[in-house]
Amino acid sequence: MEVINGLNLKDTELRLGLPGAQEEQQQQQVSCVRSNNKRKNNDSKEESAPPPPAKTQIVGWPPVRSNRKNNNKNVSYVKVSMDGAPYLRKIDLKMYKNYPELLKALENMFKFTVGEYSERQGYKGSGFVPTYEDKDGDWMLVGDVPWDMFSSSCQKLRIMKGSEVPPAL
Amino acid sequence: MGLRLPSKVLEHILSFIDSNEDRNSVSLVCKSWFETERKTRKRVFVGNCYAVSPAAVAKRFPEMRSLTLKGKPHFADYNLVPDGWGGYAWPWIEAMAAKCPSLEEIRLKRMVVTDECLEKIAASFKDFEVLVLTSCEGFSTDGIAAIAATCRNLRVLELRECIVEDLGGDWLSYFPETSTSLVSLDFSCLDSEVKISDLERLVSRSPNLKSLKLNPAVTLDGLVSLLRRAPQLTELGTGSFAAQLKPEAFSKLSEAFSNCKQLQSLSGLWDVLPEYLPALYSVCPGLTSLNLSYATVRMPDLVELLRRCSKLQKLWVMDLIEDKGLEAVASYCKELQELRVFPSAPDLDEANIPLTEQGLVFVSKGCRKLESVLYFCVQFTNAALLTIARKRPNLKCFRLCVIEPFAPDYKTNEPLDKGFKAIAEGCKDLRRLSVSGLLSDKAFKYIGKHAKKVRMLSIAFAGDSDLMLHHLLSGCESLKKLEIRDCPFGDTALLEHAAKLETMRSLWMSSCFVSFGACKILSQKMPRLNVEVIDEHPPETRPESSPVERIYIYRTVAGPRMDTPEFVWTIHKNPEIGVSHLAIK
Repeated sequence: MEVINGLNLKDTELRLGLPGAQEEQQQQQVSCVRSNNKRKNNDSKEESAPPPPAKTQIVGWPPVRSNRKNNNKNVSYVKVSMDGAPYLRKIDLKMYKNYPELLKALENMFKFTVGEYSERQGYKGSGFVPTYEDKDGDWMLVGDVPWDMFSSSCQKLRIMKGSEVPPAL
Repeated sequence: MGLRLPSKVLEHILSFIDSNEDRNSVSLVCKSWFETERKTRKRVFVGNCYAVSPAAVAKRFPEMRSLTLKGKPHFADYNLVPDGWGGYAWPWIEAMAAKCPSLEEIRLKRMVVTDECLEKIAASFKDFEVLVLTSCEGFSTDGIAAIAATCRNLRVLELRECIVEDLGGDWLSYFPETSTSLVSLDFSCLDSEVKISDLERLVSRSPNLKSLKLNPAVTLDGLVSLLRRAPQLTELGTGSFAAQLKPEAFSKLSEAFSNCKQLQSLSGLWDVLPEYLPALYSVCPGLTSLNLSYATVRMPDLVELLRRCSKLQKLWVMDLIEDKGLEAVASYCKELQELRVFPSAPDLDEANIPLTEQGLVFVSKGCRKLESVLYFCVQFTNAALLTIARKRPNLKCFRLCVIEPFAPDYKTNEPLDKGFKAIAEGCKDLRRLSVSGLLSDKAFKYIGKHAKKVRMLSIAFAGDSDLMLHHLLSGCESLKKLEIRDCPFGDTALLEHAAKLETMRSLWMSSCFVSFGACKILSQKMPRLNVEVIDEHPPETRPESSPVERIYIYRTVAGPRMDTPEFVWTIHKNPEIGVSHLAIK
C-alpha cells in the first residue's frame, strides 16, 4: 500500500477504467499521478509500488493544445465509446495494420466479442457492432472499406449494443 | 458649497482614458462619476462570462462598441474541462442585440458559439466590423458564411484555433463583390479548400488588407498568386508548404515574397520543406514576428533563417531548434522580447532532442529585451533558473514546463525551489508564472512572499501539503487566476483563505484533495462565489471527505448559473437544498 504524506493514495486514486477492472493496465489513463521513484520521501518504505502509469497517458500533459499534438504524424488517437460503459477510451489507430488487429484490441479493452463480419449482414453472432464516424460526420460500419481508407477517415469509434442496432445492419 | 465637476467636463477627461482598469477605478469615486463613466465606456471586457449577467452589462454600458468575453477556464485548452461544461455565447449575443445595436466588435475566447449566434450577429448589428473568435467551438462554416454575406463593413474576421464544423470552402464566396473593407482575415484553423479564384478576387478588391492567414489547404501556387495581389500585407500566415519542388515554383515564390516589402509577421509554414526556406530570406530583415512552431525543420536550416532576422521580437519555434540554435538566436536576434519553444514530440517516451536548459540560458543572456518565455524542456536545473533570473529581471511572463513530472534539478537532485525563488524574487514585474518540476512547499513560500505582481499562476504536480496553497493564498497580492492540477492539497488552506478567493477572478483545482464537504462549507460561507464541482459522479453518492475530481471557483454577481450540464454540480447557498442541478434549456 503506497502511502504518501499519510494518505493512502489508492483510496483516492482517480482512474479511468471499467468498474471491476482488476489489472493495472499499462495503458491506463490517470489524472492523478502518484510520484515516481525520483521523488524524495520522508518515509522511504516504498514497497513494490505498481509501475507508474505510462507518461503518455497522463491527461492533458504536457500542456500543449491538441492541434499541436496532432502534428506528430506518427500518432492518430481516436475516442472509443461502448454503449453502457461509463468512460470513453482512446486508441492509436496507427498501432494497427488491419481490421482483425483493431477488433482484437477493442475486444480486449472492453471485454466483449464482436461477431463474424460479412459484407452482406455486417457483424453477426454477438450483439455488438463496431461503428465509426467518418470525416463527413456519418456513422459507418467498421469493415466495409479498405483499411487505409478507414484509418485515415475514422474520427471516432462506437461499439453499439445489439438492441440499439437498427435491423438494416 | 460642494465643488462638482460638470459631467461634460468629466466626459471630456474620460475620453482620454482607455484602460478599463483605470475606468473601473474612476467608477468607484462616487455615483455621478460612476454614471458618467458607464455612459462613455465603449470597450467592455468581461474576463469570466459567468461573473456577471449579459443584461446587467448591456444595461450598464449602453454606448458599448466593443465587447470582449472569455468563457471556459484556461485548462480547457489541455482537455481538462469536459465537453459541454458551458461558456455559451448565445445569451450575450441575444442581450446585446436587444440593448446595444450599435455594437461593432465582438471578441470571444474559449466560448461555445453556434451558427445561430453568428447569424444573430450578422442580422442585429448594422455597423458590425470586427469578429475575433479564439479557441471557440460549436459553429460551422455556414455561420461564417452568414457573417461574410451580411456584414457590409466587415474589417476583421479571425478564427484563431477554433474547432469548426467544416462543411466546405463555399463560405468564402459569400463575401459580396461589393465588399472592399477587409483589413484582416484569418481562416487558418479550417480544413477545407476554398476556391482560390474567390480568394484572389476578394484580396484584389480589398486595398486595406493588411493581415491574411491562410489554411493548410492553400497551396504554394495559391500563395504566390495571393502575394502578387497583396504586396502591402504586414502579416501573413502561409498555407501548406508541402509541394513538389520545381525550380520555377521556387523562384516564383521567392519573387513574390521579395515584393512584400512591408511584411512584419510570418506564420503557418506547415510541412515546410527546408529547400523552400531560402524563399523567405528577403523578408527576414523586416520580420518582427515569426511563428515556426509548425515547421518540422532541423536546426541548421532554422539558424540559416533566423540569423537574418535581426529585428525579430517574437519567436515561436519547436525544440528542433536545439540549444545550438538558441545560441544563434541569442547572438542574432537582439530585439527578441518573446520566446516560445514547443515540444516536437509531446510523448515523453520519444523525447531525445538536444534541447536543454542551456538553450534558454543562452537567450536570457543574449537578448536584453526578453520579457516573455514559454519553454518546454525535459528537465532543468536551479543554476539555470538563477542565471535566468539574474540576467533577465525584466521578465513579465515566465512559463516553464518541465515535461517530466516531479523532475528535480538533474545535476543536484534537489527540488527546483531555489530556482523559482530566484525568479520570483528577481523578476519584480512578473505578471504570469507557470512552475513545474519537483517543488516542495518551500518554493511556494517564496512565490507567495515575492511574486507581488503575479496575476496568473499555473501549477502542476507540485508541493507536499496544504501549506503550499496556504502560502499562495496568503501572499501573491495581485493574484487573479490560479490553476492547479495534481497537487496534494485541499481543504484546510482553501477554507482558511476563502476571503482571498473573492479578490480573484477564478481558481481551478483538478485531481487534488479537495473534499465535497469542504466545497459545501466554502459555498455556504461565501455568497458571492460560485463553487462548481465538476465530477462524473454525483458528489452525494460518496462520503463527504472523499475528493472531488475538479473544482472551479469564481466570483460572481450573477448567482449560480442556469446552464450547467449533468456533470457540473453547483452547491446551493441554502444548506438545506445542498447540491442542485439548476438547468434551464
